[in-house]
Amino acid sequence: MTSTSLTKTIFGRLTWESFPIHEPILLGTFIVVAVLGLAIVGLITRYRLWGYLWKEWFTSVDHKKIGIMYIVLGIIMLLRGFSDAIMMRLQQAMAFGANEGYLNAHHYDQIFTAHGTIMIFFVAIPLVVGLVNFVMPLQIGARDVAFPFLNNLSFWLTVAGAVLCMISLFVGEFARTGWLSYAPLAELAYSPDTGVDYYLWSLQIAGVGTTLSAINMVATIIKMRAPGMSMMKMPVFCWTALCSNVLAIAIFPALTAAFFLLLLDRYAGTNFFTNELGGAPMMYWNMVWIWGHPEVYVLVLPAFGIYSEITATFSGKPLFGYSSMVYATVVITILSYLVWLHHFFTMGAGPSVNSFFGIATMVISIPTGAKIFNWLFTMYRGDIRFDLPMQWVVAFMLTFTVGGMTGVLLAIPPADFVLHNSLFLVAHFHNTIIGGVVFGLFAGMVYWFPKAFGFKLDEFWGKVAFWGWVIGYWVAWTPIYIVGLMGTTRRVHHFDDPSIQPYFIVAGIGALIILVGILGFVMSIVMGIVKRKQLADTTGDPWNGRTLEWSTSSPPPAYNFAFTPVIHDLDAWYDMKSRGYERPAGGFRPVHMPRNTGAGVILSALALAMGFGMVWYMWWLAALSFAGLLVVAIAHTFNYNRDYFIPAEEVATIESGRSELLAAGA
Amino acid sequence: MSNPSHHTAAHPEHTQGSAHNSRHFWIGSILAIVLTAVPFWLVMTGVLRDMQTTAILIFALALIQIVVHVVFFLHLDTRSEGGWTLLAFLFTAVIVVLTIGGSIWVMYHLNANMMPMPADGVAQMHDMSGNH
Amino acid sequence: MSDAITETAAAAPVWHVTEEHAHEHGGSGPTILGFWIYLMSDALIFASLFAMFGVVSTSFAGGPQPRDIFDLPLVALNTAFLLASSITFGAAIPHIEQGRVGPTRAWLAITGLLGAAFVGIELYEFAHLFAEGATPQRSAFLSAFYTLVGTHGAHVTVGLIWITVMLVQVGQRGLIPENRRRLMCLSMFWHFLDIIWIGVFTFVYLFGVIR
Repeated sequence: MTSTSLTKTIFGRLTWESFPIHEPILLGTFIVVAVLGLAIVGLITRYRLWGYLWKEWFTSVDHKKIGIMYIVLGIIMLLRGFSDAIMMRLQQAMAFGANEGYLNAHHYDQIFTAHGTIMIFFVAIPLVVGLVNFVMPLQIGARDVAFPFLNNLSFWLTVAGAVLCMISLFVGEFARTGWLSYAPLAELAYSPDTGVDYYLWSLQIAGVGTTLSAINMVATIIKMRAPGMSMMKMPVFCWTALCSNVLAIAIFPALTAAFFLLLLDRYAGTNFFTNELGGAPMMYWNMVWIWGHPEVYVLVLPAFGIYSEITATFSGKPLFGYSSMVYATVVITILSYLVWLHHFFTMGAGPSVNSFFGIATMVISIPTGAKIFNWLFTMYRGDIRFDLPMQWVVAFMLTFTVGGMTGVLLAIPPADFVLHNSLFLVAHFHNTIIGGVVFGLFAGMVYWFPKAFGFKLDEFWGKVAFWGWVIGYWVAWTPIYIVGLMGTTRRVHHFDDPSIQPYFIVAGIGALIILVGILGFVMSIVMGIVKRKQLADTTGDPWNGRTLEWSTSSPPPAYNFAFTPVIHDLDAWYDMKSRGYERPAGGFRPVHMPRNTGAGVILSALALAMGFGMVWYMWWLAALSFAGLLVVAIAHTFNYNRDYFIPAEEVATIESGRSELLAAGA
Repeated sequence: MSNPSHHTAAHPEHTQGSAHNSRHFWIGSILAIVLTAVPFWLVMTGVLRDMQTTAILIFALALIQIVVHVVFFLHLDTRSEGGWTLLAFLFTAVIVVLTIGGSIWVMYHLNANMMPMPADGVAQMHDMSGNH
Repeated sequence: MSDAITETAAAAPVWHVTEEHAHEHGGSGPTILGFWIYLMSDALIFASLFAMFGVVSTSFAGGPQPRDIFDLPLVALNTAFLLASSITFGAAIPHIEQGRVGPTRAWLAITGLLGAAFVGIELYEFAHLFAEGATPQRSAFLSAFYTLVGTHGAHVTVGLIWITVMLVQVGQRGLIPENRRRLMCLSMFWHFLDIIWIGVFTFVYLFGVIR
């Protein structure tokens, strides 16, 4: 008796049954992950890389390294999220009539929840934040972000959230409540197991990281632009990064509050979103969509910025309608906050509310359309080079426009009453997110990869990735649009009507083609590394770029710019090149830089332990790690020694190394 | 303290002179005290009898007091931080109004249209279907 | 600024600054603005909690109503403590600016004591309500009441920890630029909490009682 209560005190509700040893799919996944993980750990240990990784990467406050780590996180989680997608497509292609498929409903529900959650929070957000982190300070001529330590902490908090979410794969279960875990289904009464708790704690921890990162980026853009760079001389990507992060600061509090209240319902027995004692479940929907709709603009605005940079560079022209692009971005930022109810038109709002939100939604297509025309006019009579980044841009314009138009259809409340909760809706948002955000992220990664590593990605495999994604997207989602329009609902693991099976088989084939695209992208990195000598970029400006990041070396030195640049024109680097800029060869000064710190890693590890303790009701672990968080955070403030100088001689050595490289290339 | 990071001595935040600052601060403090005392007095004594007028009045006083605190204690003006703090504040104010006002508007609608029928209404339906 | 810029040739444009400028590190740097933006995001968390409270403010579920449970004289006393603490923090500011360690620490300590009194009274109020059976689980209205007021109280508690840390750090290192910057942020944080409290006492307590 005492021993069971002791076990309960120590392990909370964690028991041997929590480990899915009887589930062959999960066991197999676990073995593969464990073998791969052990292999990586073994290799790092064998080549004695732990010290290097810790000193040069994990504790780094360098915005470039943090940006790269964000992108690595995003790509790893993309593989996880995509395996969920393949599993769903396979299940839906099989499960008709007597065939129940290979997944039961219980498991299938976890998969679609995990897919959505991971793809938005741990793929799209890290990739966007990573690109902004890497590129934006270089574009504004800064040496780092405003709060370098906070940047490191934000990254590791995101990792802690992702890790907690991944742990649910092998210890206990993930939520079965859909990617936003609607109340009252997500309440303790209907979801008593660990799933929703894993969901809430992992997103809450990652959400703190995202909010802090957004504050950091906004302060950086406002306060750290190089002299001469007025707001209207700032590259469009920085403008979109600014608006995206302002929006993130405005919306993440609503999500944090909604999750906080749901956590209170689940842990303290309050009645915010319950069906009993005056609870208001729809208020949860209201709050998560106040976050949720602007969130897609948080993701897509930086993608728009990427398209703008690439279109201007590869058309060899300044961006058409720069100021209209800026205004359109600002207008989208504000409008996106006025449309959240269109996610629940059918939940009982009257005609006045539905009309307001429907019209506001349709209005967004105006500034977005203006942007499309700006890109087209930039290309018009341009000297277009169809390198890989530009190919992604063209694919985006064709794909995204269709997604935008189906969005306008869904914005009409009467049409939404027919189409809501259908696969048409699912196809619509995959159309905008894949066609808008994902294509943009690939374009950005291909475009800035040589800046980050000093060599381009392999062209052949890059083309495989491109065609795999573009063809795969259309093959996978066109049939889903069709069955959705016919009334097939979403989140279903088995169908009775065999006449729609062919559509799902085609969709499954499309998913396999996208798989080719993903593998192609991984291969383009691998082959890029193999052929890095041939693909090397010694100039720092492989695409004949126009903005400041191309003025420094590839990869840039730790301090980015030996001297802080002075800006005279919107396309600052193009201006420098065309007016006979010469690199300074001497007179270097010591560069003031922030010092690395391990506090971010430690704080995030403690946050992870606290989340795990809360999920499993191990109160001692949660309390101890919370106390640890406080102690470490306070102890960190007693460290006043946060910066150092890179000596002038070292700067001179690095810069003369670059001069030799440039001379050899010329 | 040997600290290489600060080439320039950190300037005090407000350079208008401390006499001015101090007068500014005391005006703010007195205003804040009055603006706090009056709504409590209105409600606790019920002097106005009319609850609606009281509600409107204390609502207005709260808004005024928020502005007083922001201006006199947080020193928000058009010049600080190049106007960015003011812009951020105004943007936040808009978002606060949208969040609170929008939520209440939306939820009022949902409640009015979707609330379950009152218990006697359900009983009536049972009566009509002849289920007794 | 012009003196710091290289004059390579009379006509040629200036491409970079050779003298490291104060625009990154001098003055207050990005900290004040960054902290201000953080406060704005925190204000939006409170806005969400206020919205939640507004939506369920009459969902009593047959349980106690504001008129039955709110003790306005106690709330008035508490409000007075918090407002007084805001004023005493304001009184510390000139001493911080002029680098006077002793008075700075004294005013900070007084502010902390007033803040502690605020948290103490709030805990007393909560304990009293619990004893009457008005627990957070009783109704959506009470859930929202405790969460909104409690979240504010938790912020004040964090502020108290911060004040304690600053008392130590100012004692150890004096009013060096880093500590001044931190005190400026702490001051903003403290005044911000007072502003949130204006919303709480008006919309939760006073509106609750006159409804």
